[in-house]
Formats: sequence, structure tokens, C-alpha cells
Amino acid sequence: MVRIISRRLIQLVVTLLALMTLVFFWLRSLPGGPVDALLGERATPQTRELLTRALGYDQPIWVQYGRFLKNVVTGNFGNSIRTGEPVTDVISRAFPATVELALAAIIIAIGLGVPLGYLAARHRGRLLDNATIIVTLIGISIPIFFLGYLLKDWLTQGVHVFPPSGRISTGLDNTDVTGFFVLDGLLTRELDASADALWHLVLPALTLATIPLAIIIRITRASVLDVLDEDYIRTADAKGLRSPTIRKRHVLRNALLPVVTIIGLQTGALLAGAVLTEKVYNWGGLGTLITDSISGGRDYPVLQALILLAAAVFVVVNLVVDLSYAVIDPRVRVR
Amino acid sequence: MPLLDVRDLSVVFQRKGTAPVRAVDGVSFTVEPGQTVGLVGESGCGKSVTSLAIMGLLPRRGNKVTGEVLFSDTDLLKLRPRDLRDWRGRDIGMIFQDPLSSLNPVIPLGVQVAEVLERHQGRTRQAALKQARGLLDAVGIPDPARRLKEFPHQLSGGMRQRALIAIALACKPRLLIADEPTTALDVTIQAQILTLLKELVDDSGTALVMITHDLGVVAGLCDTVNVLYAGKVVERAHRHDLFAEPRHPYTHGLLQSVPRLDADRGERLHQIRGSVSDNIPWSEGCAFAPRCDRVIDDCIGDTVPLEPTYRAGALRCTNPVPKEVPV
Repeated sequence: MVRIISRRLIQLVVTLLALMTLVFFWLRSLPGGPVDALLGERATPQTRELLTRALGYDQPIWVQYGRFLKNVVTGNFGNSIRTGEPVTDVISRAFPATVELALAAIIIAIGLGVPLGYLAARHRGRLLDNATIIVTLIGISIPIFFLGYLLKDWLTQGVHVFPPSGRISTGLDNTDVTGFFVLDGLLTRELDASADALWHLVLPALTLATIPLAIIIRITRASVLDVLDEDYIRTADAKGLRSPTIRKRHVLRNALLPVVTIIGLQTGALLAGAVLTEKVYNWGGLGTLITDSISGGRDYPVLQALILLAAAVFVVVNLVVDLSYAVIDPRVRVR
Repeated sequence: MPLLDVRDLSVVFQRKGTAPVRAVDGVSFTVEPGQTVGLVGESGCGKSVTSLAIMGLLPRRGNKVTGEVLFSDTDLLKLRPRDLRDWRGRDIGMIFQDPLSSLNPVIPLGVQVAEVLERHQGRTRQAALKQARGLLDAVGIPDPARRLKEFPHQLSGGMRQRALIAIALACKPRLLIADEPTTALDVTIQAQILTLLKELVDDSGTALVMITHDLGVVAGLCDTVNVLYAGKVVERAHRHDLFAEPRHPYTHGLLQSVPRLDADRGERLHQIRGSVSDNIPWSEGCAFAPRCDRVIDDCIGDTVPLEPTYRAGALRCTNPVPKEVPV
């Protein structure tokens, strides 16, 4: 186990290094740049040159790259070009919001997806199964922003069931400890803040969860059907074990293997989906930050840090997935 | 009173849009306590389906099972699926063809043996594991204490089949059904497993239904043999009678098809012409007629009945092989 983890951590470093390089050059190869964005079209050549020098963009590109690498290794991502704040501050403000949203979404997706997929498999070919197949197909196909606005329209405009946007009601005097509002409320015993944050979380999380949920239902269903056909399930039946025992001990664990893999791969989709969902619900997380940083002035330092963060999250989640794989399947442990 | 009395067992597979398939067509046979009975036939003759029907292990949908399976006077086919689970593993054990896929890959071997004891004998996990160690030892698995913690992929095929035998016999069932238990194993391991099976059933007095296509297995193990063809019993005889004087042309052909060490070099191995799919429905005569060398006009028309012969044997043939023809 230790060997697997250490090998994966080395892989993580290599991946991040390669990605940093790619992102650095990719961003700079795009037309336009922060100088144009900050000064506008009518700036004089003099001011342009001054700003370029001030930002260090007059240096040879490899000097810039070297400085960038050195800064990243020392944990210094520079300041945002747009606001002048340190990048780490900007990101640490937005990060908890997105993590809270993504976690809620994945909890919904797994918590509903696995049981529903299992149920569909057990009712194979019958009404429930067919309905599941159709509904999940819709779930996969429907665009996030469309569903987001639809839910918002139904449940916040006509009937005011849920708040239309934001993470917490304005005017609610909540203490910020970790940036995870639901958790903060619990930590500080401000349960009303927790409840309010949770209430704000419902619609965005549901919106973000639809695609992973539909995929998890389908994978679980297919996987359970596969396992039910396995010889060892027949052996379990021949032992006279009761159905719940067979389900819990013999079917579910084997059926979860493909599901776990999918959950890891869905992390990427979740991050991408967060951009759209956050836009719809004015969430103020990483997704909002990323769109603002691109459209509002090519904020190189923020973008670089954001992309690295996204990659790191993806790699770490998949590391966790691989480890849980090893926990579930003894055959993986040996390798 | 027989331990197992299968009466007129039929299994029809039905799928929407396809013609129903009669996999088992009125099979009857009995097994006395402690007796070893063989079900022999080529692939597709219905022998495995028969065993699964007895155990109630056929898929719940897409098939129709009729007839009676009397196990010490209880009709297993009439039991609710829930109740049948009380019998399986406790009174009837079963081992399957492919030991490689018949054990759960993600559960330690010990638990897979122990759970049947927990289920039927109310043992705690600890007590069951202790007992499991003894069971693995009894089926000849070396270092059982270590094996209990291992997973199936860490065991060889022969070891896995031994483990499955240990599981099937854990609760000392009165009947063991073995569905081609040696087919997936190396020849050298086959002999070991058969010897082990024979010892175990002899020692415990367990009756054994041996399902096989291998006449060598039958010769070494079975008291009585039922030869199946296209879902029906075509010949039933004591092992000695069957090998000495096969009466049904199909049995005769099967025996002739066994390679012999004393045959001349270059001599072609006997084969039964055609394949199992080249048959006619039993309702229109003898299903084997299209492949039979001894076919006569009487073979076509009505269903050929299973007539009793001597020593509790039976034969379903209008033109049987004469007694003096040597194999």
C-alpha cells in the first residue's frame, strides 16, 4: 500500500510539472494579453511598455518560465493582475465554495445512483428498469445550464421553495472558519447558518449531480447484471445463503468496482460542470473565478494556479479511487 | 425409500419471440441413500439443466419446470424459493464445473467456507472459521490456517475445486450433486479430485449425483448410470452392465468413441455421425434416429417408451444392440 501511494505521489509531481509547462506556454500563445486588457485599445505605446516591464513580460520567455517555476515551488503564485490580491487569497476564497458544491453533488450522485442502479438491475426488463434507462438517458443528455435555469425557474420563481442564487442569505451573520459554510455553521453552533447554506446548496448540487448520477445509475445497473450472472453467485445460491446476505456480501462489492472507477473519472466532468452551474446560481466558486479570469483580462497568475489546482484535484481524487479499488479487490493489491 | 426421487422432470426454456426449447423432457431417476448415480451425455443433452432444476437454481424467469423432485418425500419444486434456501447447502450440496469462476474473487476463502456453517448451523464467525480450517484440511488443502485468509486467485485450480468440495460438504449434506467437477482441471488433478470425492462420499455416506460426459469418470465412481439424450433418459443400467453390454445404440456409440490404448495405430476413432442438433422431436419417434446406425422404420412415428430391463435398468429403443455384440 505504501509503495502504491508513494509511486502515485511521484506521478502526481511529474504530472503537475508537465502541466505547469503546458499551461504556461499555452496561455502566452493566445492572442491578446493582460497588458491589452488592462489598458484598453487606446493606450499609448509608452504606457504599454511601462506596464509590460512592470509585469515582467519584457523578459525572454524562458526567464519568465524559470521565475514562474521558482515561484510555484516556493508556493508563491504572484498577484492577480485584475485585483492585485495575492492569487492564493483569491483562490482560497473560491475553493471551499466549489468543493462544497462538488461534494454535495457527488454525494447525491452516489447516494442515489448506486441504490437506483441496483434496483433497476433487480427489475431487469420490467417497467422500473425501462423507466430508469429512459430517465438516465435524459439525465445524461440534458445540458447543465438548461436544467439549471429550468429548476431555478420552477422552484425559485413561481413557488419560492429554494433560494435562486448565492451560497447563503445576505444579512445572515455567519462566522467564516473554513469557508465551507455548512461545516462552519456546525463548528460554530450557528445551526441556522448551516441550514441556510444547505438550503442554498440543494438546487446547484442537484443540477451538478444529474450527469454523474445518470452515469452511476447506468454503470451500477450494468455491473450488477454482470455480477448476477457470475458463477460465484450461483455458488452462493447453492450454499442456501439468504438473499440479503448474497446481495450485500457477494453482489454489491463486486459490482462496485466499475462504479468506483467511474466516480474518479467523473471528477473532471464535475469540475467542468461546476463552471456552468456556478454561473447559473451565481455561486462564486472556482468556476466563476475561471470565467472571470479569462474574460476579464487574461489574468495569467490566477489562471495558471487554477488549472494546476484542477489538475491536482483530479489526480488526487483518482489516487483515492485507485486506493479504494485496492481495498475492494484483493487482486489489485498484489500487483 | 429413495433419498431423491425425480419424477417426470421437464424444463422448457421460453423466450419471447423464439420457439420454446425443451431442455429436459420427462426425466425420471432415483438415488438411494449413499448411492452414486451418474448422469451421462454429451453437451446439450440436459444433464446440467436437470441438476440446476433439482437445486432450484435455474433463473426464475424464462423457463418452466414441471414434474416432481422428491427429496426424502418433500417436493422441492413446490417449496417457496425462500424455504428452498434452507435445504440448499444443508441437505443438498453442489459443486460446479468451473472452480476458477465459482469462488467469489473479493472474499477470503475462509469466509466463503464459514458462511455456509454460519447460515445452517448457527455458528459464530469465529467458530465457523475454526471448523472451516478442519474442512480444508479434510479435502487435502495444505496449511489450511494460512489458506483461510487467502483469496481465490492465490489458489490453483485444483485447490479451488477442493475448497468448493469443502464448502459443499461442510454441513454434511445427505446428497451431493457434482456437475462435471473435473472438466476444467488438468488430467492429473482430475484423478486426485475424483479419488477425493469418492473417499469423502464413502466415508460420510453422502449420496452422489455425478454429472459428466466422461465415461471414465462413470466407470470409476458410479453405481448406476443414466444416459441422457436430447433431454430424455435413453438407457439406465448398473455400471457393470452398461460397460459390458450397452444396449442403446447411443450408449454403444459413446463407448466405442472412447480412445483405447490397445487399438491399432492409424485406426480411426469411432464417431457418432451428426450432432445433437440433428434430432427429431421425441413426439415424432426416437430423437436419436437421424444419427443412429441401427435405425428402422419403427423408430419414426410414436414416442419410444422407456422399458424396464433387468436389475432396475431401463431402455428406450425399438432396435437395441444385441447382447452379444462386444464393444
